[in-house]
Amino acid sequence: MASNKIYWKSEAELNPNDSIIETLRQNEFPEDIPVDEFLGDKEGLSSGNTNRRDFLKYVGFSTAAATMAACEGPVRKSIPYVVQPERIVPGVANYYATTIANGFDFASILIKTREGRPIKVENNKDAKTLGSANARIQASVLSLYDSTRLQGPTANGESIEWDALDGAAKTKFASLQASGGQIAFLTQTYASPSTNRLMADFKEKFGNVNHVTYDAISEEAAVKAYETLYGSRALADYDFSKAELIVSFGADFLADWQGGGYDSGYARGRVPAEGKMSRHIQFESNMSLTGANADKRVPLTPAEQKKALASLYGKLNGSTVSTDLKDSIKEAVDQAAEQIRNAGAKAVVVTGLNDLDAQKLVLSINKMLNSEAFDATSPRYIRQGNSEALAALIQDMKAGNVGALIMDGVNPMFTLPNAEEFAEAVGKVDMTVAFSTNQNETTEICQYVAASNHYLESWGDVEMKKGHYSLTQPAIRELFDTRQFQQAVLNWMDSEQSYYEYIKDTWSTTILGDSSWDKALHDGVYSLSGDMAASSEQENPEVAASMEDMTASVQRLARTAGAEMELILYSKVGMGDGQQAGNPWLQEFPDPITRVSWDNYLTISRADADKLGFVNENVANGGLDGSYATVTVNGVRLNKVPVIIQPGQAPGTIGMALGFGRRVGMKPEMMTGVNAFKLYNGFNNIQSVQLEKSSGMHEFACIQLHKTLMGRGDIIKETTLEIFNTRDHAEWNPVPKVSLDHQEVPATSVDLWDSFDRSIGHHFNMSIDLNACTGCGACVIACHAENNVPVVGKREVRRSRDMHWLRIDRYYSSEDTFTEDVEKKEGLSGAIESKVGFGEMEQAAANPQVAFQPVMCQHCNHAPCETVCPVAATSHSRQGQNHMAYNRCVGTRYCANNCPYKVRRFNWFLYNNNDEFDYHMNNDLGKMVINPDVTVRSRGVIEKCSLCIQMTQKTILDAKKEGREIRDGEFQTACSNACSSGAIVFGDINDKESQVAKLKESDRMYHLLESVGTQPNVFYHVKVRNTEEA
Amino acid sequence: MKKVSYRNQILTLFGCTFTFLLLFSTSLYAQEGEAETAAVEEQAADASGGDAAKGKQLFNQNCAACHALNRKMTGPALANVEARLAEEEGLDKEWLYSWIKNSAGMISSGDAYAVRIYNEYNQAAMTAFPTLSNADIDDILAYTAAPPPAPAAATAAAQTTDGATGDTGISNELILGALVVVFALLVMMLILVNNTLRKIAEANGVVLEKAKAEKRMPLWKAFAKNQFLVLVSSIFLLLAAAYFAYGWFMQVGIDQGYAPIQPIHYSHKIHAGDNKIECKYCHSSARVSKHSGIPSLNVCMNCHKSIYEYTGNPEGPSAEDLAKGYTNEFYTAEIKKLYKAVGWDEENQRYTGESQPVEWVRIHNLPDLAYFNHAQHVTVGEIECQTCHGPVEEMEIMYQYAPLTMGWCIECHRDTNIKVEDNGYYEKIHEALSKKYGVDKLTAAQMGGLECGKCHY
Repeated sequence: MASNKIYWKSEAELNPNDSIIETLRQNEFPEDIPVDEFLGDKEGLSSGNTNRRDFLKYVGFSTAAATMAACEGPVRKSIPYVVQPERIVPGVANYYATTIANGFDFASILIKTREGRPIKVENNKDAKTLGSANARIQASVLSLYDSTRLQGPTANGESIEWDALDGAAKTKFASLQASGGQIAFLTQTYASPSTNRLMADFKEKFGNVNHVTYDAISEEAAVKAYETLYGSRALADYDFSKAELIVSFGADFLADWQGGGYDSGYARGRVPAEGKMSRHIQFESNMSLTGANADKRVPLTPAEQKKALASLYGKLNGSTVSTDLKDSIKEAVDQAAEQIRNAGAKAVVVTGLNDLDAQKLVLSINKMLNSEAFDATSPRYIRQGNSEALAALIQDMKAGNVGALIMDGVNPMFTLPNAEEFAEAVGKVDMTVAFSTNQNETTEICQYVAASNHYLESWGDVEMKKGHYSLTQPAIRELFDTRQFQQAVLNWMDSEQSYYEYIKDTWSTTILGDSSWDKALHDGVYSLSGDMAASSEQENPEVAASMEDMTASVQRLARTAGAEMELILYSKVGMGDGQQAGNPWLQEFPDPITRVSWDNYLTISRADADKLGFVNENVANGGLDGSYATVTVNGVRLNKVPVIIQPGQAPGTIGMALGFGRRVGMKPEMMTGVNAFKLYNGFNNIQSVQLEKSSGMHEFACIQLHKTLMGRGDIIKETTLEIFNTRDHAEWNPVPKVSLDHQEVPATSVDLWDSFDRSIGHHFNMSIDLNACTGCGACVIACHAENNVPVVGKREVRRSRDMHWLRIDRYYSSEDTFTEDVEKKEGLSGAIESKVGFGEMEQAAANPQVAFQPVMCQHCNHAPCETVCPVAATSHSRQGQNHMAYNRCVGTRYCANNCPYKVRRFNWFLYNNNDEFDYHMNNDLGKMVINPDVTVRSRGVIEKCSLCIQMTQKTILDAKKEGREIRDGEFQTACSNACSSGAIVFGDINDKESQVAKLKESDRMYHLLESVGTQPNVFYHVKVRNTEEA
Repeated sequence: MKKVSYRNQILTLFGCTFTFLLLFSTSLYAQEGEAETAAVEEQAADASGGDAAKGKQLFNQNCAACHALNRKMTGPALANVEARLAEEEGLDKEWLYSWIKNSAGMISSGDAYAVRIYNEYNQAAMTAFPTLSNADIDDILAYTAAPPPAPAAATAAAQTTDGATGDTGISNELILGALVVVFALLVMMLILVNNTLRKIAEANGVVLEKAKAEKRMPLWKAFAKNQFLVLVSSIFLLLAAAYFAYGWFMQVGIDQGYAPIQPIHYSHKIHAGDNKIECKYCHSSARVSKHSGIPSLNVCMNCHKSIYEYTGNPEGPSAEDLAKGYTNEFYTAEIKKLYKAVGWDEENQRYTGESQPVEWVRIHNLPDLAYFNHAQHVTVGEIECQTCHGPVEEMEIMYQYAPLTMGWCIECHRDTNIKVEDNGYYEKIHEALSKKYGVDKLTAAQMGGLECGKCHY
């Protein structure tokens, strides 16, 4: 009996006119196998002289040959030195102190070299200022081995010899000298005593010389404010460790604000000690790294920031400043003013507004407070850009007054909004020379391109801060036929001196006094003693007078008219001003806030996004997609800018990162993002903007798709300073309870396994203080460099196949605070309420609390991964490290599935020697950065954090060789070494006197997912927020 | 370039047979050369009033590092130096006495010839020998004045060696020939005897039972019919095949005995064996680094600046050496290869700057996945190099002694006690661990030396 029933698979099928169903029915396998492509050409097939039998023969022979070849080991050659340099012992690392000063990043660092190759950047702990490397500086060692680097000078695109370039330059300069024509230098900020002297010498020799400095990302307002109040072009310095109250108006001081490097001082004040920690109030528009760390964050537009600052000044000054601020902001300002008054000299106010009035106001507030954290006597010199001089230079060039233009460390064609005008001006200059390590937008339009040295191949000196000098020394000889700018200038001056001798000369005559040059070079830093630095400081007589004149500034600020939509341009900790855009480590580095890699984008508040129709969605393959926007600023239009909905973004504002969108001289993989410098009019990071939606969706490579904690307070434990100070730790740091024999018992008391005896020898533990961690990500890159972690590319990151051994999770609260999240979750009852409630909790709040949590392998004493490995490739050591034997791993990935922390990474592909992954591990040059002490993993194995076992083993061996016990602090990992904020502390807890052993005994200590009973060797410290209002 | 151990065994077998034959064929030769030299020296001593024999000893102790008799080294050639100075420069023995005792003093005092010679030899100051008495210097001068006996001795030696090689060659062939003849005779005799016996049998009427034998079932058929036997033997054969296949597969990638031909024939036997040079003099980084390091050529030149030729060990090259072609000339030629590589101009005793790094063939190839640290074993564990590298001091050609397999590492870690004495690092750990295991000595395994991550990261 036949049935007439029609079976349907989905409701859509019931609609007979559904086009999709029809297509599917007709075309079940939409992708045809392209048979025609290789069988269609009948003629070619028949005339080809490889028949099937031949083919089989070839296959047979090649298989046999490959098999035979595999049995015979290759002959390896070993080529020793002819004359071995005294200091190089193969297999032993050497460290050299040097300094990076690339115009954007300035820091004194140590370079680790192996067999003469620089492979890692470390912090220089001797440096009194700017001695720590951020993510970009950590990654800069890879830029040395960039395969796209210029390998020699060129003229109009043709390779030439340096002599030819020198000859042409000298002839030109001589003729200009005779005719009185102008020689112009357009350079980065050097802050270098020797380069300054060199420029002066050059001027003296050739007469009409114009040296213009500009910073791609300008701090000019702050420089000018300092200049008007203190008389020199510099930036006031701050020591946040001395501040008990930090009020910031849009200053992203944990990232790159005024040269950065403030995070270590800040973090010191953030760790609660003796019941006290600093309080941090942030008024800002974009959700910045600094705002994410603040105790109280007030989102507001730039115009409101200015008004709020003016009103704060009024409150502190006792004058009345009338503004049209919203009540909520007014209240926040009132509270801040109250707290500042209470804190007195322990308070400090900073601003990132690129506005002369605002900067002057902040300086005078700090002066008025007599703030201890504020240091105007020894300012920073690391931003010297002068936009007026630049504009004048461009006019000069256009007028044909400039005979020769020499550029170094700058890429105006990329970083200037008026690049077309600049190009036109360059066309009017007879001779243009651009010094650059890579091809870029500017070298394209220059006559001569002088291949310049990487900083690790160069000599140099910097005075980053008054009285604090640093030296740059080469860690490797020039890899290519390159020359550093200063050396070339010396040659053009017909000087016999090398730049090294020139620096030595400068130092011995003006800086060192009686101190030793060798010691300064060894240390990399040299600071004048306190009184010498102070004695040279002259109080500017105008200061007092200009202080009086603040009323005008206040009035101007209070009357700021905001635009309907304001754009705030910022720099990412992973990209900076875009100099290292070709660096795959940095491209793959996920932004600490959005967790998106390989991109820049517009950040927009949810309210505005809803209004304008922008969406973010997670699609079926797990990737994040976002709408495109068209951005127009002052007539300049950027098309197809992807949009990210950013919790905490002030409504009425959007943010966009500078430094992306480079296109020239890069591998195609690195050409990511959109160039926001096109919108950077007048070096002002705040622009009025029009925004509209455009079609299409952008595919992001976002590492963390789930934004909120869903009220799981045991992952990031939080409390307030008040509770922390007044109540027992069992209340704010409770041990999770589990059920044993139907009794609720502490999770730590239940144990299924026998334990190793770890009381003998070393037992490594790592402590991560969530209060000190700012989420800067220097550790992520340090781990990358130390452990040969591969770069997988945007496509693979989108598939969640990123290989970072160490990630920094970022969580938003879905209510206003995490505590309220927990309360909400606890309060949910019943299926429907839970469904709705949890659904709501997936959305972050409009101005959420943010928490960062670095997560690496937790090295569980009872590791779930170990028990499921069928081949015992991962096993436990007595020293507390969870070992991973790559050569034993067969790639079942059971361990990764059984890991509650999701820290194991699988090598889906062979990332080295693979043309599909054209980053750095597939060319000889890029491979030079590989750490020879760590295996380069192959396809099909799991890898993960080893707690830098190569470093702990080395420390142990060093002690054994010297026959001594290991001192506290000797045990380090790449991340703990890189952490300048002191959030990551590593050591041996069997040494009861060690710092880490003491940290383990702290009340704030807890383990991640303690209830699982894995007993990790990594522990965290409860985050304490100072939420007390005055 | 790679040798498989099985092939090696066959070679060794051949080698043994050959040596065995050689042993029977060497003849003894009297060392007439020595007596001759002695006579020459005595003669010389009579002429100059010094004791040339004693002088030779002193010369070798004090002067030979920088001077040779007949060629320039760091300093000038010294043969007949006294006569030469007297004739060419008009300088007497007194000048020589003061020069040898304090050359620097003479240079600073501005003595013309002293300054000239100082500048001629790259301003390398000669060590002062205030301890030498005038009589000692006389002895040395007597030795230098003697007609150099070295070339004569060398020719004699060369002749001897030539003769020896020739002789052994002939005697070998002779003996082999004789043996062949003897065997051939034996075979012929047997055939003859067989024939004779057959004839006698035929004559006596004995019938050979060939037909009868044909009727018997052939052995292979009987074997094929016995199924049990077939089963058992095929199992046996399969097992045996599997055994050998396993053995063969297990040696894939294990290069024990790997002795590649090196660009310079460097003899560890001569350096570490005959001359007893400490391993870590050349492989100095083994003390501090994970790599033992192949010495850079400047380390070679520390000695080879003055050791420009190989004069052999006192007994002269053994027959075995000669058979392999390891003559003194051969080794000297290898030293010249070093000079070429390092760019050493022997004539003028200076570096030309044109160097060609030596591409040694690496013998011990540990895979990248295994971490091994020499310093740990050599400096901390104070393990003899020979424990893993074998009798290097006997190796004419360096080869891989140990299998370098993980099993081999582990075995040693299980058996070897850690050297904890006089090492501050181990004090506490040793105490605690000894208590835990109830033993005084601790093996590397008990210290955690078997954990995966200690060697694989």
